[in-house]
Amino acid sequence: MSQFTLNLLFITASFALYIGIAIYCRAKSTAEFYAANRGVGPVMNGMATAADWMSAASFISMAGLIAFTGYDNSTYLMGWTGGYVLLALLLAPYLRKFGKFTVPEFIGDRFYSPTARIIGVICLLIVSITYVIGQMTGVGVTFSRYLEVSNATGLWIGAALVFCYAVLGGMKGITYTQVAQYVVLIIAYTIPAVFISLQLTGNFLPPLGLFGTHEGSGVAFLAQLDGLVTDLGFRAYTEHHNSTLDMVLFTMALMIGTAGLPHVIIRFFTVPKVSDARKSAGWALVFIALLYTVAPAVGSMARFNLTATMWPGAEQGDTFSQPAVSLADIETSPDLAWMRNWQVTGLLNWEDKNGDGLIQYYNEAGAANAPVAAVIAEQGLVGNELTTVNNDIMVLANPEIANLPGWVIAIVAAGGLAAALSTAAGLLLAISGAVSHDLIKGTLMPNISEKGELMAARISMAASILVATILGLNPPGFAAQTVALAFGLAASSIFPVLMMGIFSSRVGKEGAIAGMIAGMLSTILYIFAYKGIFFVAGTNFLPDTPDAWLFGISPASFGTIGALINFAVAFGVSAISNRPPAHVQELVESIRVPRGAGGAISH
Amino acid sequence: MSDRQSSNAYWQANLRIIYICLAIWALVSYGFGIVLRPLLSGISVGGTDLGFWFAQQGSILCFIALIFFYTWRMNRLDAEHGVDE
Repeated sequence: MSQFTLNLLFITASFALYIGIAIYCRAKSTAEFYAANRGVGPVMNGMATAADWMSAASFISMAGLIAFTGYDNSTYLMGWTGGYVLLALLLAPYLRKFGKFTVPEFIGDRFYSPTARIIGVICLLIVSITYVIGQMTGVGVTFSRYLEVSNATGLWIGAALVFCYAVLGGMKGITYTQVAQYVVLIIAYTIPAVFISLQLTGNFLPPLGLFGTHEGSGVAFLAQLDGLVTDLGFRAYTEHHNSTLDMVLFTMALMIGTAGLPHVIIRFFTVPKVSDARKSAGWALVFIALLYTVAPAVGSMARFNLTATMWPGAEQGDTFSQPAVSLADIETSPDLAWMRNWQVTGLLNWEDKNGDGLIQYYNEAGAANAPVAAVIAEQGLVGNELTTVNNDIMVLANPEIANLPGWVIAIVAAGGLAAALSTAAGLLLAISGAVSHDLIKGTLMPNISEKGELMAARISMAASILVATILGLNPPGFAAQTVALAFGLAASSIFPVLMMGIFSSRVGKEGAIAGMIAGMLSTILYIFAYKGIFFVAGTNFLPDTPDAWLFGISPASFGTIGALINFAVAFGVSAISNRPPAHVQELVESIRVPRGAGGAISH
Repeated sequence: MSDRQSSNAYWQANLRIIYICLAIWALVSYGFGIVLRPLLSGISVGGTDLGFWFAQQGSILCFIALIFFYTWRMNRLDAEHGVDE
C-alpha cells in the first residue's frame, strides 16, 4: 500500500469517527449548546480540555522550538502547564459555581456593567480569532503535505468537517469529538517518540530516555547532544543563554495567559459540580502532561537525529570521524527520501556552496571558536550548506527521519489534524457564545427566545468558521507573531479581571473597566512599538532587539507587566470610587462556596 | 450571622491552602527551574543537572500533584464547613 493510500485511510477513518460522534450528540437546547447540559464527568472533561488546549502549536511546533533552542525554551513546557494550577486554584471552581455560559457574562454580572461585558467580548474576540487563524493554517499545511491536495482544498475540507460537528453538536458534540481527537493525537505523538527513544537510548519511555544513555556512544544522551551541537558551533543544548528576568516573565505570561483563555475556561462550565471543576483541571493536566513530558524528548532526539544524518560520525559519538553526508546520497538514497519530500514543501533546503559534493551543516555565527573551525579551514567551506530547516519539521518529518514504517507517518498526519481541529472547534464555540449570548441576547435583543438564541448561536458559529477559513487562506503575514498578542491580551486583560472578580469584593465597575483597558492598551502598545503597528514591517518606532527592550523585557513577555498594570490601576481606581452594591457583594460571597452549584443551570 | 462567620472561616482556610500551593508552584518552576538553577548545578541528572530536569519534567509532575492535593484538601474543607455539594 502506498504512503498516500495509508494517509488517506487513516485520515478518512478519523474523520468518519468524529462525524459519527457529532450525529449521535446533537445539541437541542442552549444549555446543551453552550455547556453540554453540565453533564460531562471530570475525567472525560479533562480529556476534552487537553484536546481543546493542545493546538497545532503544541503538536507540530513546540518540540521544534525546544529542539533548536534547548533549555531556554523550557518556558513553553512550564508556562503551558503551570497555567492549569492557576485555573484549578484561582478560577475554574468559582466560575463553575457562578453557573452561567460565557466569560464576558461573568465580567458583566460581577462588575454590574454592560460596558465591562462588551470590553470582555472585545478581548475574547481578539484572543480567539488570532488563535483560530493559526489552527486553520495548520489544517491547510497538514492536508497539503499528506494528501497532496492544494492548501485551499485542505482548508475547505477541514472547515466543512468542523461545521458538521460544531454547528450541529455545540459544546455537547465538541466535547465527545474532542475526547476522540485526544486519543488520536496522543497516540500519534507518542508512537514515533517511543520508537525513536528505543533506537537512541534503548528506553521505550521517552521521558526516561531523555535522561538516559546514548546507545551508540555509551555517554549520557544529553551530554552527547551538547557535545555534538557545540562541535558544530551551536550553543550548548542544556545551558542557560538568555536573560533570566525575561525567561521568568515569559513563563509567567504563558501561565496567566493560559488561565485566561476563554475557550479553556468554558470547558469547566460543563462539569456537574464545583469539586468536579477542580478535579477536572487535574485530569486535564495529566492528559496534557502525557504529551508535554514526551515533547522535550522528541525535540532533543529529533535534533540529534537530524544532526547525525548530516554528520554520520555522530552516531558513534565522534562528529568528524566520517565525512559529512554527500549530495549524491541526499539526492538518491532511499533512506534520505524524506529530505527530498520536505524540500518540495520549502521547509527544508540545502546547497553545495563550495562544490565539494558534500553538504556540511554548522552554525556560521559560532563556528570560529568551535571544533568545526578546523574542518572549515581544511575543506574550504564558505558557509553552512543546510540552508533551511523549519522548526515544524522536527515533529512532522520525525518518523521519516527515523525510518519508521508508513502507518506511523499516516497516524502523525491524522494526529496533526486532530490537534488543530479540536482547538479550532473550542475557539469557535467561545466566539459564537460571545456573539450570540453576550452581544445578541445580552445587549441587542434581550427578549430573544431560547430557540432564537440557539439559531443565532449556530449562525454565528457558521459565520466564524467562514471568517476563520478565509483568514486561514490568506493568513496575515503576522500569523506567527500574533500568538504573542493572544497570550499577552489574555494575560493582561482577562486573567486579572476574573481574579479580582472572585478574590476582591472591593473592586467595582470603574476599577475593572479602567484596569482592563490599561492592561490591554499597554500590552498592545508595547508589542506594536517593537513589532510594528498591526505587525506591519517598518512601522515599529523602536528596533526589536534585546538591547532596545525596556529592561530587557521582550514583547512576548510583556503580558505579565500588562497584568500588573491592570491590577494596579483597578485597585487604585477602586480606592477612590464607590463600593460595589449589596447584590454584587452577595454574588461574590455565593461563588466562594461550592454548595448550590447544581441549581444554577436554569436560565 | 453564624453562617457568615463560618463561610468567612472557610474562605480564610481556603486562602491559606492556596498560598501554600502557589508557593510550591513558584518554587518548582521559577525557582528550581530558572532562578535557582545555578545553585542546583552540583546535582547531576542524566547528563545534565537537576535544574534542567525541573524545567523540562519535574515542574510538570509537581503541578499535577499540587492540583490533586488541592482537590483532596478542599473536598475535606468543604465537608468540615458544611458547604459541600
